[in-house]
Amino acid sequence: MKLKHLTTSILAIGLLFMISCKSKPKDSDIQASVTTAISSVPGVTADVKDGVVTLSGTVNSEEEKTAAENAAKTVKDVKSVSNNISVAPPPPPPAAPVAITADDSLKTAVNDVIKDFPGVKVDVKDGVLTVTGEEKAARWKTLKMALDALHPKKVDASGLKVK
Amino acid sequence: MALQEKYKELIDAAKASGTTNLQVAEQDGVLHINGIAPSGEVKDQLWNIYGKIDPNFLTGDVVMDIQVATAVEGAKLKVVTESSNLNIRKGPGTDQPIVGKAAHGEIVTLISKMNEQWWLIRTDGGAEGYSYAQYLKPV
Repeated sequence: MKLKHLTTSILAIGLLFMISCKSKPKDSDIQASVTTAISSVPGVTADVKDGVVTLSGTVNSEEEKTAAENAAKTVKDVKSVSNNISVAPPPPPPAAPVAITADDSLKTAVNDVIKDFPGVKVDVKDGVLTVTGEEKAARWKTLKMALDALHPKKVDASGLKVK
Repeated sequence: MALQEKYKELIDAAKASGTTNLQVAEQDGVLHINGIAPSGEVKDQLWNIYGKIDPNFLTGDVVMDIQVATAVEGAKLKVVTESSNLNIRKGPGTDQPIVGKAAHGEIVTLISKMNEQWWLIRTDGGAEGYSYAQYLKPV
């Protein structure tokens, strides 16, 4: 009688244990399901602990962040979602192109500049100033400053001899 | 981006020195640097750094225009010609008649700027006209 009682008890406990096991879904299973659910949003990873999903990673917009959270919430057995996804700042707008002075204006201005530099010749073509001749280093520096201030595309002095 | 690396010291110095309206942009293999330096000394310093990175400015990969913030109307300017007198002309252009001269090292007054190249100045002697800005340095 006692033995029968004990067997019943063990069976009952075993059954309870099985039920309790079944009622508690494994985090790893949830994680697999969540990972699949959020795969449409790249850059996001999920961690699961006791059914609570923590999303992390970086996305490009608030919409993607919300989409990942909503996708995770649809997964069975997920209790709650902690959304730690950060949104990357938008890339800076492309820099405005540098304004290059037109050749006609450059030619006039260059002529004014080089009057004081008899040993130097400056050709203007497509915004590029090509400097030839020879000049002392200090004087060339002064000339270079003046030429740069005209906003050319380039000052090519590879043909200049600096004394 | 490689040019910004090469001239990093120059760009950093421009930022650190309080140069305003600083614009650094690479275009067609040339780094364009524009800005307004708080003083003539800062402008000199930046040009010295540029000359250190690219001796004699021969590589041609930078176009730098640094204006000086203190060059405002009424400011005193020093004539920084190499040694000769500075021509003062009737109008903005070397084709304009010479109406006066300012001596090397003389201090003149800025009346207005026609453009970045030609400034209207007045000497203490009373001569008034346009001179080339390159030879005038704010004091």
